[in-house]
Amino acid sequence: MKRREFLKKSFKLGCSVGAYLAFGDQVKAFAADKKTRDLPFDLVAIKGEEPDIMFNRAIESLGGMKKFVKPNQTVVVKPNIGWDVEPERAGNTHPLLVKQIIKQCMDSGAKDVYVFDHTCDKWSRCYANSGIEAAVKDAGGKIVPGNLEKYYQAVDIPRGKRLTHAKVHELILSSDVFINVPILKSHGGTKLTISMKNLMGVVWDRGFWHRNSLNQCIADYATFRKPDLNVIDAYYVMKRNGPRGVSKADVLKMKSQIISTDMVASDTAAAKLFGMDPADIPYIGFADQLGVGSRDLSGLNIHRIVL
Amino acid sequence: MKLKILKKVRVVVSLTFFFAVASLFLDFNFSLPENGYDFVAYLQFIPSLLKFSLFTSLATAGFIFVILFTLMFGRVYCSFLCPLGCLQDIFAYISKKINKKEYLYSLSHLKTRYGLLITVVFTYFSGSIIGLILLDPYSNFGRILTHIAAPVVIGINNSLVSALEKINLYSIYPVELKGTNLSPFFFSMTVLGLILWMSLKYGRLYCNTICPVGTFLGFLSRYSLFKIKFNLSDCIKCKACERVCKSGCIDLNTQKIDFSRCVACYNCFNVCPVSGIEYQWIFQESKEQAFKDKGKRDFIIQTAAFLLTFPFSAGGVEKQRKFYKKSTVPVVRKTGITPPGSLSLKNFLNKCTACHLCVSICPAGVLQPSFLEYGLLGIMQPRMDYKISFCNYNCVACSRVCPSGAILKQDREEKKLIQLGKVKFIQENCVVYTQRTDCGACAEHCPTKAVRLVLNKKIDKRAPQIDESICVGCGACEFACPTKPHKAIYVENNPVHLKAKKPKENKITEDVDLKKIFPF
Repeated sequence: MKRREFLKKSFKLGCSVGAYLAFGDQVKAFAADKKTRDLPFDLVAIKGEEPDIMFNRAIESLGGMKKFVKPNQTVVVKPNIGWDVEPERAGNTHPLLVKQIIKQCMDSGAKDVYVFDHTCDKWSRCYANSGIEAAVKDAGGKIVPGNLEKYYQAVDIPRGKRLTHAKVHELILSSDVFINVPILKSHGGTKLTISMKNLMGVVWDRGFWHRNSLNQCIADYATFRKPDLNVIDAYYVMKRNGPRGVSKADVLKMKSQIISTDMVASDTAAAKLFGMDPADIPYIGFADQLGVGSRDLSGLNIHRIVL
Repeated sequence: MKLKILKKVRVVVSLTFFFAVASLFLDFNFSLPENGYDFVAYLQFIPSLLKFSLFTSLATAGFIFVILFTLMFGRVYCSFLCPLGCLQDIFAYISKKINKKEYLYSLSHLKTRYGLLITVVFTYFSGSIIGLILLDPYSNFGRILTHIAAPVVIGINNSLVSALEKINLYSIYPVELKGTNLSPFFFSMTVLGLILWMSLKYGRLYCNTICPVGTFLGFLSRYSLFKIKFNLSDCIKCKACERVCKSGCIDLNTQKIDFSRCVACYNCFNVCPVSGIEYQWIFQESKEQAFKDKGKRDFIIQTAAFLLTFPFSAGGVEKQRKFYKKSTVPVVRKTGITPPGSLSLKNFLNKCTACHLCVSICPAGVLQPSFLEYGLLGIMQPRMDYKISFCNYNCVACSRVCPSGAILKQDREEKKLIQLGKVKFIQENCVVYTQRTDCGACAEHCPTKAVRLVLNKKIDKRAPQIDESICVGCGACEFACPTKPHKAIYVENNPVHLKAKKPKENKITEDVDLKKIFPF
């Protein structure tokens, strides 16, 4: 009996050590909520120029990309590449912005910059026709498939109310830095898609979210791994018929950008920029309640730049 | 002696066509040029014939060239152009290398050959293409590629992808294998097995017993202007030609050649040490005794007998075409949905030989072989499977490759207005009504906003509202709908495809003041 118990115990011990060795670097990822970054502003809003120029100015005012990316770190950039449409249709993040972010990461000494999205339309066509595949390759990043289940690892979301576990893309779990690059646009089920909604593209089973109170699930997932930086592209903005849009007639050229480490604050600001009351977007309220961030912009130090 | 070069030419041409057709089916990354690749399928006999019957033009007249070749030199098609023929030659070549295989003259299987040909023709004119689906050599080759070769190639590609990812390289993309289709897989395995066995053992026996194209061209080659015959004055009766004849149509004992079975491989020219076998113009004074008319007479008698016994009930085929309904599924579609450019259910079902080229190249993977959705007689003909995927709004891939006229070439903008079917909403299944939570997955995916969310004051939620007039039937809403096990929104087929209305475009007039400070 003793011998058997010993074997059992050592097996269990072996398993836990093995698990730690296997997923140790992922544990590190959860701990990487860096409040201590010492940034001069909570949120930067900028308008009036091309996406790459605006990003350069905005990130500079936050102290530069080096505040976020340290030499030899791996970075995952998550734009919205959901649809097989060209950049002017405003269905996907502007390729110039994605390109500039990757360049800045590489200049800060990043080891690798990965880009992916779990797309809605056929992924290879989305990657190509959004212009993002070419932009990533130009800037020296790596564009990675996101539409195969093998890339997704099961995780728990302990603070989630409806969404308590999900399968998340392995690069989100293993990369040192996570930069979320959504596009601001209208959306059927949630009214607006911005930072938090963009994270739906890093999980495998989106149908579960739709079946189980979409807005709550979006807020639930936002409690998991927070992006280190959110860059909201509001250069071309789809004002209606989102998230796919019907034609260029749906698009307004707003030439704006919002940057923040706080998803709730940035989504609140972006909703106002869009011309909507943030209180009408349920997931912003849910996320605020869960403590993901702050929707009270009055308490924040906001830097506004008009070029 | 000059004739010896013919075999080399044949090998080069047939391998070219073999690999060209194969590359078409295995083009996962869609890297082949959009135009100019049509020549590959242009000369494929059955697809060309079907397309010609829809559009009489030079651009679809490939099969006429095949007939002309045949009336000149015999069944050149079988050895030069037919990819299934080339596959058999490859097997036979291997068999020859391993076993030192030699062939012998064999008797013709007249009854089987003409019986099958007549069945195919008869069923076709009775309204069913099933004979061609099962027996067209090009389509069989296509299915072997799609269901046996492609998964192997994809598997190799994906293993390579995984290996490269281990060393942090993402230079090649993995390919998703969408849908598992057992019926075409087993059918293709059976055909491949049959062909393998026949070609290893008897050379081109398949082409001279089962293939209806072979039989038809064989029939024509009885009237060819040039035929391969013995030159009795030079022949030394060494039997070299008979031993290499994959068709078993050279009989040295009687020094006759059954030219209707000759596949024009020219192996005989290659081995003849003298000039004992050659092409002879039929008006030339024959160096060989004329064929006795026995074969012809047999054929006529057998045809008559066959026609008399053929079950005429086959005439009611059109009515028997029932569409499979699973009683437990509330989403009951009346019919399978045909791809954009197929014009109508009738045109598609009458022209498609289920070669599965469209299935192979569909980037979205929405085109899948049917099982019984078109009825038993439409087995394996592709349909739009919205469980697996949906039709990409901007894509016209299938229409540009279909060789048989089942799917016609479409301009990208025209295709965006083709209405395959109409959206139907089942309120009882929709989560917005059953759970009272936001969803909108259907409206999200809809490219035209035929499904949009409109506030329903009764439940105080934004719920799907449909507009059939601008629906293109792409199935994006049905695919995206998260409800289980039955969808709350689906597409019902249009038996004849219609033109959808263009979605309204009102330009956003809002002014953007770039100098104005932010509203926060």
